[in-house]
Amino acid sequence: MEERRKERLDRGIKIRTDKIYALMSWRELSYLTLPRLVLIVGMLILPFVIPSAYWQRVISIVCVYALLGLSFDFLAQFVGLVSLGGAFFIGIGGYLAAILNTSLGLPPLITIPAATVIGAAISTLLLLPCLPLRGVYFSIVTLMYPLVAARIIEALDILGGTDGIMGVESFSSNWTEQYFIIFMTLIFLFGLRRLVNTDLGLVFRAVKDNDQAVKASGINITTYKAIAVFIASGVGCLAGACLVHIYMWSGISLFALDFSILPIAATVIGGAGTLVGPVLGCFILVPISELLRAFGTLRIVFYSLILVAFIVFRSEGIMVYGQRKYHQFERWVKI
Amino acid sequence: MSDEPILQVKDVTKIFGGITAVNHISFDIKEGEILGIIGPNGSGKTTLINCITGFIKIASGKVMYHGKNIAGKPAHKIADMGIARTFQIMRPYYSLPCYKNLVIPLFSPRAKRTGGWRGGGKLGDRDTVGIDILEEIGFERDSFVPYKIASTLPTGYLKRLELARCLALKPELIICDEVFSGLSMSEIASMVPLIERLQMGGITLIMIEHRLRELFQVANRVMVMNFGEKVIEGTSEQVMSDEKVREVYFGSEASEEVMKYA
Repeated sequence: MEERRKERLDRGIKIRTDKIYALMSWRELSYLTLPRLVLIVGMLILPFVIPSAYWQRVISIVCVYALLGLSFDFLAQFVGLVSLGGAFFIGIGGYLAAILNTSLGLPPLITIPAATVIGAAISTLLLLPCLPLRGVYFSIVTLMYPLVAARIIEALDILGGTDGIMGVESFSSNWTEQYFIIFMTLIFLFGLRRLVNTDLGLVFRAVKDNDQAVKASGINITTYKAIAVFIASGVGCLAGACLVHIYMWSGISLFALDFSILPIAATVIGGAGTLVGPVLGCFILVPISELLRAFGTLRIVFYSLILVAFIVFRSEGIMVYGQRKYHQFERWVKI
Repeated sequence: MSDEPILQVKDVTKIFGGITAVNHISFDIKEGEILGIIGPNGSGKTTLINCITGFIKIASGKVMYHGKNIAGKPAHKIADMGIARTFQIMRPYYSLPCYKNLVIPLFSPRAKRTGGWRGGGKLGDRDTVGIDILEEIGFERDSFVPYKIASTLPTGYLKRLELARCLALKPELIICDEVFSGLSMSEIASMVPLIERLQMGGITLIMIEHRLRELFQVANRVMVMNFGEKVIEGTSEQVMSDEKVREVYFGSEASEEVMKYA
């Protein structure tokens, strides 16, 4: 039996040469823009094509998770900080939005940006002590914070205690709710993609690649880790603030482990390091989890099976696989 | 060469557990000078420069840079003051193209202050400056070497990339940790003029080396270390003819034997 090996060749298209886009034809133009257009247009028409109010709500929740997934993927793959605390960002952002709305009477249009910025500042401040450390400390601390926060609220009976804060104003209509959060997802998806290729983004990636060399270049790595955590936790807090206005309620279930784990699972399925991957992963995982609701607790089993199957058979994730297929020819050659 | 010492190391000591890795080392280096540091493996050379550049904290002693004690300052502050270093085990950003590797030092506060590389004026587009530095240091632009991903490059280029990363900071002092090791003879032959050019550009260098022939060719003075202690310091001729140095390298009994063939 003759041996063969798979050869991969990049598609012969000069996409760009040193910052000048050299697009020669409509074909090349569509080659570049089509995948992006499919995503953007697809997300924008989703509220139209989905008939029931129930599933429209699911789309909003998908986007909340997608924002969390983006925040996780950005921190883990481009800064090297593996955050297991998506729930913490959701909780901080959610409670802030709820407090600003119920006690100060601010409308969602103000509470959401305010909760994003203030929440990011609080999260960054609380995570600052473990930023100079290398290793798993950041992950452990981020995993602990949501648990601690939930227990504090429960034990001290502050912020509504176990009942939570009720009577949070909802978005003015179903449409504004969905389009607001869909736009936010798209903005942060493309914004972060752009950010990681700027000079600032290169410094983030360098911190992940090799923090000693960054230090030797006269750059304070803790500062840049803090900036990255501010950005990522801001995205998480935004998701939390949106979630509270969708549910019209904020409670300790915002600190639930789901918000930490599901975005990570979505990143594994969608493809880590692509930023689109987590969004795609959420569009697969969250609806599946809704569909499996009929099975009761058994859905966790199905859910886990899907995850395990992905990790075993396609550990690179859908997007990495897809991008490779899209950008490269493959053929078998004899050795 | 001015007479003012740019860096004075005074009684620096570093202890790891029960091992004294660097034991009361003192030396001076004048502006524009090249100081070589040699010694067998494990003699504390790399630890010494880690102490100077703030990558590890020293137990006692002083490191005076331009007359100010910099011991105990964090590594990025020391780099910011103009002491750049290379790593013995190369530390490029493997996932980035070479010229993007230089964007990181060019992003530093020091590069913004000094204008980076040639200095003066405003720092332009970092990509362009990065490619200029790489071309200066021997990356052939015509064959697109600066655009290659760092992980695909051979050792010779990576060693140069380490130097380029230092140059991007527009440093006053570069500490090179074995830039010649792992290179072929021809690669070393092309590195030597580069080092000499840096010296002519007014940069002070400390070079840790195992390649004695090339080191003696460029170094003004050489310091020999063994078991964390300074054995001798002097010109290449003084060091080469010293009895103790031969003992360090060849053992006390063998030294006479070796001298027959020397």
